[in-house]
Amino acid sequence: MSLSVKTLFFAAYRELLGTSELAVEMGQGATIGDLVRELRSRGAPFDALPEEPAIALNRAYAATSEPLAAGDEVAFIPPVAGG
Amino acid sequence: MSVVRASIQREPIEPDRVLAEVGSDEDGAVLLFLGVVRNHADGRSVRGMHYDAYEAMAASEIRAIAAEAARRLGTDRLSVVHRTGELAIGEVSVAIAVSSPHRAEAYDASRYVIEEIKKRLPVWKKERYADGDAEWVEGTVPPLATERAR
Repeated sequence: MSLSVKTLFFAAYRELLGTSELAVEMGQGATIGDLVRELRSRGAPFDALPEEPAIALNRAYAATSEPLAAGDEVAFIPPVAGG
Repeated sequence: MSVVRASIQREPIEPDRVLAEVGSDEDGAVLLFLGVVRNHADGRSVRGMHYDAYEAMAASEIRAIAAEAARRLGTDRLSVVHRTGELAIGEVSVAIAVSSPHRAEAYDASRYVIEEIKKRLPVWKKERYADGDAEWVEGTVPPLATERAR
């Protein structure tokens, strides 16, 4: 059994990866932290993502211990600079 | 408490209109804050700024920030707009209008909104320098929801 989530990348992360969106398959019970580790394990350029990036799960900031569900929107949030 | 407006937009901000959205007969203080693109950063000459946003989340987060300010400071006459896209020097990137019976609440609410925008609104800006180079402005790591709730 696996679940598919939609990952989003903005600003510097989007430029680093050359993409703004990526579908990722994870095992049942996977957390946000597992997803970050999975992506970083893919090697360059993914391994240049921070080990503990700020993450928004379905448009709200979330801890990396939170579990994922099928269809979740997981956004990697670079340090913000609004204003 | 629901505020007058809290939104993200690509179109140019019209400060007069934002200001006109607040104010009432019971308010003795009306305050307008504008964030404006300046022509220098760390000694380098800047010719413009590109604002990028996670628009869906930024729209809900700016509403949450405005609602917090209204609840804490006791005035719902508050309007805040943040711009995205390509901005030239002197263009308004953010406008915050607030009115309250006395000045303290208006200043505090305005300050709260701009400081929280800088801490947690999912918006990024890339400075375009006069020499043709461009760089993302170093940002702030947003606090986790769990840390904020404490």
